[in-house]
Amino acid sequence: MPSLKDLRNRIASTKATQKITKAMQMVAASKLRRAQAAAEAARPYSERMQRTLGSIAASVQNNPEAPRLLAGTGRDQVHLLVVCTGERGLCGPFNSAIVRLAREHANRLLAEGKQIKILCVGRKGFDQLKRTFEDEIIDVIDLRAVRQIRFDTAQEIGRRITALYDQGAFDVCTLFYSRFRSVIAQIPTAQQLIPAVFEGAPADGPTPVYEYEPDEEQILAELLPLNISVQILKALLENAASFYGAQMTAMDNATRNAGEMIKKQTLKYNRTRQAMITKELIEIISGAEAL
Amino acid sequence: MATFHFELVSPEKLIFSGEVTQVDVPGEEGDFGVLAGHAPFVATLRPGVLTVYGEQSPKLIVVRGGFAEVGPNGLTVLAQEVVPVDELQPDVIRQAIQDAEEDLTDAADDRAKDRASERLAQLQTLKDALGH
Repeated sequence: MPSLKDLRNRIASTKATQKITKAMQMVAASKLRRAQAAAEAARPYSERMQRTLGSIAASVQNNPEAPRLLAGTGRDQVHLLVVCTGERGLCGPFNSAIVRLAREHANRLLAEGKQIKILCVGRKGFDQLKRTFEDEIIDVIDLRAVRQIRFDTAQEIGRRITALYDQGAFDVCTLFYSRFRSVIAQIPTAQQLIPAVFEGAPADGPTPVYEYEPDEEQILAELLPLNISVQILKALLENAASFYGAQMTAMDNATRNAGEMIKKQTLKYNRTRQAMITKELIEIISGAEAL
Repeated sequence: MATFHFELVSPEKLIFSGEVTQVDVPGEEGDFGVLAGHAPFVATLRPGVLTVYGEQSPKLIVVRGGFAEVGPNGLTVLAQEVVPVDELQPDVIRQAIQDAEEDLTDAADDRAKDRASERLAQLQTLKDALGH
């Protein structure tokens, strides 16, 4: 049976842990507010970009000379998976959810006899994926040093991907990240980057006939690489917001669990203390009776 | 004067959204002015000064990279970089010019070289226009 001192120490250490998780929750909450604002502020740009590109893309759809970033290489053999995760743990199922989605995707592609390559953005995803896909991971982009995600950050990654594509290193590129819906709901999402797909583009009503300056192909050649960077930026910002949301929830749970544990331990401590007092009293009384 | 809806968006945020009477946009192939009822039009941007005419005095904004779209709902400018003229640091343009010069020396083929030198010229013009 643990001594009273052991029990006291255990309570003190649980209390210290609770203080840490509580502090982490509050830090996450305040960072979440900023990350969420940034993610929401970035949405209009990427949405409008997709919409406009969608309408231009529709007009060159059947053109054999459409840019390769839009039309693809004509093959579907090598897939690049860009897996964006967080740099830190202690955030509940946030990282594993993204990794799980990517892994399912990778396994499906492998079962179909396709070849895959993985580019990890964020260390946590790499840590989890290297066990199963060590040979497929071509690089890890570490964002630990990046304090605030800006357009340049995304552009660098975007340039790397386009450079790889121009070298013919892959045919299809898919981006994995977690979409931020609310503090308690983050949705792991897969988005195809290359060849570009535009959801919900021109469908409703007659689309106006646009004039282009310079012509469509030149605009597309300029905008498609830009669009990739923009989509990556969006993914990174959504990820950051999701991360803090997940961390906040996880730390809230941890704080509550620690509180429960403290309650149980205090109860045990008090019972043990009472039992010891009773025992000592019995000893004294029976000692006195024996005289 | 008739107004139309104008939105200026950078990757990080929505910078301006509102009714204006006229916007002058620096297009890749020359400046163009947009008034209410402009025909649907898409153009890429060159680094330059965008002028917004509204109820107040004209606003000058430096934009770089991206494109402008005139649709049935008005004008949308998506720019990679957006800085109001009076907040612009001379260093930013100097840095951009330096980058462009490096691109020019690094350019592998003629096409890339053409593009880089064009970029450089545009930035120089912008710098002169702002009088830095």
